[in-house]
Amino acid sequence: MSTPLLSVKNLCVTFASRRGDFQAVRGVSFELGRERLGVVGESGSGKSMTGRAILGLVRPPGRVTADRMELEGQSILNLPERRMRKLRGSRISMVMQDPKFSLNPVMTVGDQIMESYRLHAGGGRAAARKKALEMLNAVRIRDPERVMDTYPHEVSGGMGQRIMIAMMLAPDPQILIADEPTSALDVSVRGEVLNIMDGLVRDRGMGLIFISHDLNLVARFCDRVLIMYAGRVVESLPARDLHNARHPYTQGLLRSQPRLDTPVERLPVLQREESWRSGELDPLPET
Amino acid sequence: MARPVSARNRRIRRVAGTALSLALTLLGLLLVTFIIGRVMPIDPVLKVVGDRASQAQYDAVYQAMGLDQPLAVQFLRYIGEVLTGDFGRSISTGQPVIQDIKRVFPATLELAALGTFIGVSIGVPLGVIAAARRGGWIDQIARVVALVGYSMPIFWLGLMGLLVFYGILGWVGGPGRQGIIYDGMVPQVTGMILVDSLIAGDWGAFRDAFSHIILPASLLGYYSLAYISRMTRSFMLEQLSAEYITTARVKGMSERAVVWRHAFRNISIPLVTVIALSFGSLLEGSVLTEIIFSWPGLGQYITNTLLAGDMNAVLGGTVVVGVCFIGLNLLSDILYRVLDPRSK
Repeated sequence: MSTPLLSVKNLCVTFASRRGDFQAVRGVSFELGRERLGVVGESGSGKSMTGRAILGLVRPPGRVTADRMELEGQSILNLPERRMRKLRGSRISMVMQDPKFSLNPVMTVGDQIMESYRLHAGGGRAAARKKALEMLNAVRIRDPERVMDTYPHEVSGGMGQRIMIAMMLAPDPQILIADEPTSALDVSVRGEVLNIMDGLVRDRGMGLIFISHDLNLVARFCDRVLIMYAGRVVESLPARDLHNARHPYTQGLLRSQPRLDTPVERLPVLQREESWRSGELDPLPET
Repeated sequence: MARPVSARNRRIRRVAGTALSLALTLLGLLLVTFIIGRVMPIDPVLKVVGDRASQAQYDAVYQAMGLDQPLAVQFLRYIGEVLTGDFGRSISTGQPVIQDIKRVFPATLELAALGTFIGVSIGVPLGVIAAARRGGWIDQIARVVALVGYSMPIFWLGLMGLLVFYGILGWVGGPGRQGIIYDGMVPQVTGMILVDSLIAGDWGAFRDAFSHIILPASLLGYYSLAYISRMTRSFMLEQLSAEYITTARVKGMSERAVVWRHAFRNISIPLVTVIALSFGSLLEGSVLTEIIFSWPGLGQYITNTLLAGDMNAVLGGTVVVGVCFIGLNLLSDILYRVLDPRSK
């Protein structure tokens, strides 16, 4: 494989507090090509913080360190804010959990999409409007002309998330970090939103980091999966081999899911072991 | 076709609802002033006839004033009088109360408006920057400025201001609204000397009036600044931790654009209410300032007439202040609806 889109080695995010340092992310390494990489883990496992660290959005007292963090071979570790801002949105972007909160309530949908496009592409309002309409079409929103002038509270959750995707993809980034993009949505619209996102990411040859706590979803939707536990990657494997996972944490997670085909009386409870915190079962193979 | 009609119906219903609640508030205000006027241990008849009048004279005036009628009838008549702008005659000035208020209210309005302007134009940016750079030196300074503003007695600050800027430095005009040479020189249009002198194109009078108003207005401005900057800061902190702010940062916006374009637009909505209330409290609450600066405004008028037991004037002034508050509330309500797309 040629230079990966994103290459991260030994990423740590540390929060200094009065009672000593707390490490939210403890030495995460992975590479991302033009693929869909799932990051799975429970709350507090550091998966969201990994995404924010890549975007340079960890704010003091948080601190980001790594041996390497490169975007197409160019280091983006602790870049000055001014240069990081040029990358954010235009090359790496992020879709967040709940469109109810992640869209500005007092700006029209159109203004928000146009703003994100004009920040990086420049150009006049007319060009931005055209692009925004095009993006709304791309996320399969009917009557985009009308939706442009609506406010976020006037659209449904699924539509809000599609607007969010349109907005974040308008400046044509290479990497999209999707941080639990469907957790806040009704089950009925989840699939639709995922399909739209998948299609766009594929068509544009983007890299996708899909952060989720839903093992099944990730297995179905992604090419490769990282399993995180307590700030570390405990296992990395192709999504189709998930059922062959070797790490006891992953195995435990899989076992504790109910199955329609083999119902059991009681689901096993995950028995945590202290040794999981300390590291990977075996080191990740270098790619 | 059914849609636009129902939308218009809704709008009409909302306007009607607002009007009704305004009317009820006003009614409540008048009920309170009416009751206060009746329960005060001041005999309105004695105030008119003096304490040497005969019983027959007393009774005649008692009847002429309608005090023999049932309370409900008196109250209805009172409402009627107030609505036609008749607050009775002031005993201390010998003029109709409404005339007095027309004379003193513009002075207070001018002072409160300039004070609020100063408070908003410094307090809002200060609060925004304090929140954006939380814990930084601007935040610390803003904290101290607000704390001093909250805790320093205004009469002391006023006297010190007069001593330093008028007495020692001579930078500003002294007490009163105008220097003696300009007194009555500007034709009265609005009663606000700054405005009137501009209308007349009299720059000398404008400069003079400005040099008189700037010190008391700054003082009031400082107090409203203390309040407004703290409120702005806390509204701002709340917004800056919201998800859509992260969205704006992910888009690659500069921090300044994040703060002013995204967060500030959201706080401008509750800020309108804060500013309106702060303005309202300056309209009635600047008694101390008006006395220290010999400012012939409503606060001084109400205080003086109260000390003279001149109930017509006191209640008239109270009604005016109350109506101003109701009006400001209505105004901030309307602005709220204009600014917040969610309320449509």
